[in-house]
Amino acid sequence: MQVASMHFKERASERLNDEVLRANLGKIKGKFVANRKRSLSELDDFEATRDAGRAIRQRALDDLDVWLESFEASATARGAKVLFAQTPAEINKLVLDIAARHGVRKIIKSKSMVSEESALDHAIEGAGLTVVETDLGEYILQINDYEPPSHIIGPALHKTKEEVAELFHRKHGTPKKDVIEDLCLEARGVLREHYLTADMGISGGNFFVAETGSVVLVTNEGNATLTTTLPKVHVAISGIEKIVPTLEDVATLMRLLPRSATGQSISNYVDILTGPRGAGEFHGVDHMYFIVVDSGRSEVLGSEVREALRCIRCGACMNHCPVYQNIGGHSYGWVYPGPIGSILTPMYVGLENALDLPQASTMCNQCGVVCPVRIPLPDLQRKLREREFAEDLRPWYERAAVRLWAWAACRPALYALGTRIGVRVLRTLAGPDGMIHRLPLFGAGWTTGRDMPAPAGRTFRELYAKRGGTSR
Amino acid sequence: MRVGFFVTCLVDLMRPSVGFAALKLLEAGGADVYVPSGQTCCGQPAYNSGDRADTIALARKLVEEFEGCDYLVAPSGSCSGMIRTHYPELFADDPAMLARVQALCARTHELTDFLVNVLHVTRVPGQFRGRITYHDSCAGLREMGVKAQPRALLATMPGVELAEMAECEMCCGFGGTFSIKFGDISARLADNKCQHVQNAGVDAVVLGDLGCMLNIEGRLRRRGDAKTQVLHIAEVLAGEDKS
Repeated sequence: MQVASMHFKERASERLNDEVLRANLGKIKGKFVANRKRSLSELDDFEATRDAGRAIRQRALDDLDVWLESFEASATARGAKVLFAQTPAEINKLVLDIAARHGVRKIIKSKSMVSEESALDHAIEGAGLTVVETDLGEYILQINDYEPPSHIIGPALHKTKEEVAELFHRKHGTPKKDVIEDLCLEARGVLREHYLTADMGISGGNFFVAETGSVVLVTNEGNATLTTTLPKVHVAISGIEKIVPTLEDVATLMRLLPRSATGQSISNYVDILTGPRGAGEFHGVDHMYFIVVDSGRSEVLGSEVREALRCIRCGACMNHCPVYQNIGGHSYGWVYPGPIGSILTPMYVGLENALDLPQASTMCNQCGVVCPVRIPLPDLQRKLREREFAEDLRPWYERAAVRLWAWAACRPALYALGTRIGVRVLRTLAGPDGMIHRLPLFGAGWTTGRDMPAPAGRTFRELYAKRGGTSR
Repeated sequence: MRVGFFVTCLVDLMRPSVGFAALKLLEAGGADVYVPSGQTCCGQPAYNSGDRADTIALARKLVEEFEGCDYLVAPSGSCSGMIRTHYPELFADDPAMLARVQALCARTHELTDFLVNVLHVTRVPGQFRGRITYHDSCAGLREMGVKAQPRALLATMPGVELAEMAECEMCCGFGGTFSIKFGDISARLADNKCQHVQNAGVDAVVLGDLGCMLNIEGRLRRRGDAKTQVLHIAEVLAGEDKS
């Protein structure tokens, strides 16, 4: 996908004023947040389950090379082919090679965020083949001229029912509907035809299981089941970090994933697919492929933000993020929005292309406390801020201001003098209401949308000394 | 009991009255309060700007100033959280300093937590009459576990009626330099908070951190609300005049 993360500020500002988007985003709290909270109460000990989830994911990452080899051996033994993609371009090439080998004309896809990284749909269409997204949200975006997803589990949640109705009416040439169920039925009717005529199905992969060589798919619409069993070829695409050692581990992670994502005890469908159809088996594809994607992940693994790879893509961090809740996913400018995106995007597309993302957080840590695998998201954002600072990627005046202030704060006498002058100057800027309505220079960032309560005009330490307060 | 009072840079600069209110509460609770005169800032602005070297210098300075005390108390969840939650990580490669830091961390408290859990205060000197709501500041809540403590103290004041607002644990949007770098997002978050404050129909919104205080008060006034008071918990508990 094209990277627009360098324009975060402008994109976010535009969206702050989008009243329709605001109303749509408002539903996140009522739906995802409230349902998650309710579903967690079913677990005897959510915090212990989080610990277990964290441990499983960390164990996989600590010896990832071993688990990858183990996965490759298991999957191969079950008759699947395991391919590795180093770059986004390689994902697309591998898919097109497989399609050519099997004479594929039409491809259906269930949801895969990794395929968004490589803009796979465009590559498929560029090769003259047909591709149809079958996840309802992804389908809506596809027929809307490939609008980018705005959320990792609800890709079209920024859209209203009315917008979708209008889109279907325009693209399907059908009468406009105003009931959600009718819209779903209409999409189902269109997609049914494609399921039956497609030659190849592409899915993502919530987990790759090393023990069994399986891919696990967690969905609600049943589209992944059809996508991965009706055509003769199935290609499962996911990142190297999605390996988990055993099926037992998947069971534990499944206690966390649907609850953290949508607040469901279990998703409507959980597919565990192992190899192509064997002798005497009724269901399954003739050919099964795995494309295991690096594309920046091994670099993350060797970096100071490696813990981000524990992510199981539940979306809880963005659902609970006050910033995401107010600007939506498109502001972040690439595949993964919200707190986790603020770490992954700079790592995958280059920090210099996403400078604002690690800064775009109040560090409130609401994301950190909801993350089912305990990724310390604000700490990782700070690590990237440290990198930006060390590599001179912040504006010079910002660096200078921090350094000058810190230099003074290490020199109490100088600091005392500077602050005494500072508070007096600021005091003179206040109106009769005790508020500063306009601050100069960088301070304007504050006063554009708020007043600044003026300082009292004397520092605490000054007043304390005057009162004869003892020290030392 | 020698209690080192960490004023915090924002209280020092913006609202000295909060510092004096906190002193009054600590002394009323029986603490022997000591205010190191050379103190400045815990280093959080540098830390969250990615300036690690300067953060370490400021952290070292603060540890030296306060490690002789039995406790360190700050009228801020954010600054006490910086010390207790983040200082150890800064000295992970320096075992000698790390041991000193950890020893201080164990004795570092946010003001209301100290009053309730160490001094076991059950009566406060302040007088306040009115309906208030409490905003849970992020670091106080999620780093220092401050939730019940301020409410317990407010409950000892007969004139106070506590009315919880919606989303009292939601960030107000301050976020340190975030408030300037992303002023419009920050102001929107503050606006959401102000809406909840106003919906609660209170005389005052009370909180435990200066950053949130400036942010919420600034946005309330810009919205045209000149009436709803924005008070630090220490000001309410000690009954100090705001000026």
